[in-house]
Parts: sequence; C-alpha cells; structure tokens
Amino acid sequence: MCLAIPARIVELLPGDACRVDLGGVRKEISLALVDGAQVGDYVIVHVGYALSKLDEEEAEQTLALFAEAGLTGSSLAAAADEGAA
Amino acid sequence: MKYVDEFRDGTLARKLADAIAREADPARNYAFMEFCGGHTHAISRYGVTDLLPANVRMIHGPGCPVCVLPIGRIDMAIRLALSHPDVTICTYGDCLRVPASDGLSLLKAKARGADIRMVYSAADALALAQKMPEREVVFFAIGFETTTPPTALVLSQAQALGLANFSVLCNHVLTPSAILTILESPEVRELGTVPLDGFIGPAHVSTIIGSRPYAFFAEEYRKPVVIAGFEPLDVMQAIRMLIRQVNDGRAEVENEFTRAVSEEGNLKAQGLVSEVFELRRSFEWRGLREVPYSALKIRAPFAAWDAEAKFGLEFVSVPDNRACECGAILRGVKTPIDCKLFGTVCTPENPMGSCMVSSEGACAAHYNYGRFRDIPVVAGTAS
Ligand code: SF4
Repeated sequence: MCLAIPARIVELLPGDACRVDLGGVRKEISLALVDGAQVGDYVIVHVGYALSKLDEEEAEQTLALFAEAGLTGSSLAAAADEGAA
Repeated sequence: MKYVDEFRDGTLARKLADAIAREADPARNYAFMEFCGGHTHAISRYGVTDLLPANVRMIHGPGCPVCVLPIGRIDMAIRLALSHPDVTICTYGDCLRVPASDGLSLLKAKARGADIRMVYSAADALALAQKMPEREVVFFAIGFETTTPPTALVLSQAQALGLANFSVLCNHVLTPSAILTILESPEVRELGTVPLDGFIGPAHVSTIIGSRPYAFFAEEYRKPVVIAGFEPLDVMQAIRMLIRQVNDGRAEVENEFTRAVSEEGNLKAQGLVSEVFELRRSFEWRGLREVPYSALKIRAPFAAWDAEAKFGLEFVSVPDNRACECGAILRGVKTPIDCKLFGTVCTPENPMGSCMVSSEGACAAHYNYGRFRDIPVVAGTAS
C-alpha cells in the first residue's frame, strides 16, 4: 500500500483539490499537503494526496547518472580524470 | 508514463547491472536491507535479484505497514464493529484480509454482519461520516509517515467541522524507530546471523520526513543509507551507490531520489502531523514486538475524535500463528521459502500471515514473481 506514482496536474479545483492525469486516467486528488503546485507540475500521489512535487531537473540528472553506468571501465576512468582536471 | 517508464528501461538496467558487477569486490560479500515493501515489490517484480552478482544479497526489511500491524490491533477494530451495530469501520483495502484472532479478518467480520467498508483515502472516510450522520464512522488508520499526514488532515478537519460521529483508530508507526530496532536486534548486533552492510532508505516516507533523520544510522551505527525511488533502476542505482560506500569505507546518507526527496522533507505535512499526533511510549509491531517511541497517538485536544478513547478500546497482545514465519521474515532472519506454509496452506488468496496479504509483503512478492526461481532446473547460471 506504499505504492505511489508521479502524476501531472491538469486542472486546479476549488478547496485544495486538483485533477491529475495518470497515464491517460484522470483523477481528483488533494493538494492540501503541498504548497504552490501549478498546472503542468508533476506530483507524487499516494492514497489520494499529493505528497511532494517532482523536480523535473533532478529527474533528468538521475537518468543521466544511469546512462553514465553504460560507459566502460576505461572510458569511466577517462571521464573521472576529466572531472578531476 | 512519464517519470515511470524511463526508470524501468531494460537496456539501462543491463548497463547498471554491468556497472554493479564491475564495482562489487569479488573478494567480499555485500548484504543490504531494503526497508520498504515498495522496494521489495520492485525487486521481485522486475527480477532485480537476477541482475546482481552472487556476492550482493538483498534482505527484505519490515517496511510494509500491513505486514507490521499486530493481530491485536485488528482485533480491536473487529471487536468494535461486532459489538456496536451503529459503528461503520472504514479502512484501506489491504487491511481487510489480514488474519486476526478466531479465524477472523475484517472481511470475514463483514460477512458476519459488521459494517466494514474499504476506502481509497482518509478523505473518503470523512465524507462518509458527513453523509451518514446517524452512524459512527471509525477510520482504521494504518501506515508509515506517508499516510500519516492525510490522517492528521482529516482529524483537524473533523475538529473544525465539529463532526461528532467521526473518529480515528490510529495505528500510525514511525520508520526511523523500526530501523533502529533492527540495528539493535541481537541477530544483527551479537549473533551476526543478519549481516547488514547498509540500507536502501524509504522513498515516499522520505518525501515527508526528508533525508536528515537517517544521518543518525550513518553516524552512530556506521551503516550507509541510500534513499531510493521505487522503480527498478532506482533500486539498482541505490545498490551501486551502497557498494561504492562500502568499498570506500564510507557510511553516509545519500539520496538517489532527489527528484522527490529533499533534506528537510515536506515541512507543511510535518507541521500538521505534530499538531495532531504525539509519540506513544511503546507500540507492538509484528515481528519486532514492543518498540519504544515507534508509533503515534492522537493528542488530547483531539480526544473526541480518537476511537480508542471514545469507545474505551483496549489492546490485547495476541501471538502469531505458530507455523507462520512472518516475524522472522520481517526481521530479515528468514525468507519466505523457509516457511512450511508458503505456497501450500498460505497463498495470496488465503493468507495465513500478514506478509502474504499486501503485494509489498515479502511472501506475496515472492509468491507472485519469484517462486518459480526456486525450481532447481533453472538454477545453473553461466559463470
Ligand atoms: S508464507 Fe504465510 S504463513 Fe508463512 S511466513 Fe509467509 S505469510 Fe506467514
């Protein structure tokens, strides 16, 4: 029951509520626990409440870290050298 | 789905697996505990274990709120519902099938005539109370720091509305005290039966409490913690980060889930929780027994909405089914296949213990995704 998913806000509704899009499914959830969420933002939704905003820049950086894993040992060392220089 | 699919990419998973194999020192063993059931689920569902070298072992921790709820707490709700015909109990779906005393569960009590309903959110429970003023609506609230803020919210709303027919039976528990109990357990400290080189820290719990509460484990117990998201690539990257810390002799709190978790967490939610709840002296967990200061109770100004006070409910500790190994599994000492009942008497359709109920429980995860791996024919791997 801990599973929660990122969803995009498509409409702000009265009373701290909003409508989110979950892979095509629209759902009404509460924004009472997060401040300043706007249409277009991604939020982590759990039991009907947004728990936090999703930082899109950080998401891209995490994906970039995964991609770095694809580098072979030697190119990794080279990348590390460059980083140190 | 955006921010989901990218974190499940198979090609990247293989690259991460290669990186893990490259970085893990073949001369030593690594054992990491994933605290959260969400991670357990991801590891089983996506076969992460198969992508890890043999010397990197994952141990399932107690982080599933349904699994750690002791029988006695469910009994309280069942007793209340059966003895008060005017009471409606509502709760999250996973709670309904957890086996309780006398062969009952909330679902079976419903079949005996108790008014028990499933809700998707705490707000639905509150709305139900508003819709049925002639009934007493009791929200059976469970969960870690993720589900606690919504419960706090409905309690303060009920107070503001002066809603007299609504109350909460509070079973909210705290993650850091559970981790502490594992580190203090004899298996980890003295017996060495559960070697622990680090933790994968909770994902959504940390969106609320932030990454700071784990600093203590890194500093006092010299155990690295990496907070990770619930997708398979998140888990693999966290394992890689843990291996690096172990190799470097570091014990730090690192955050892989920066897209949703900050150092301080969600301050608004934290404020709300501390306004409504205070610490319980002690609370029984399934598998960990009584854990001091590990759960929350409703503060005195909200006593009118506290079902325990309102209906004079008493907790009576009840031992688990003797054959069920849930307790040992939740402490990381045993695995589902060590249980005689696994997959025969105990299945997700007819669970004997709590670990088989929710999809994040170790037994259910292994039953749904991993049990065919136990068949020896497929055990030979190329080396
Ligand atoms: S298989 Fe069933 S009875 Fe055995 S430990 Fe798991 S939940 Fe308990």
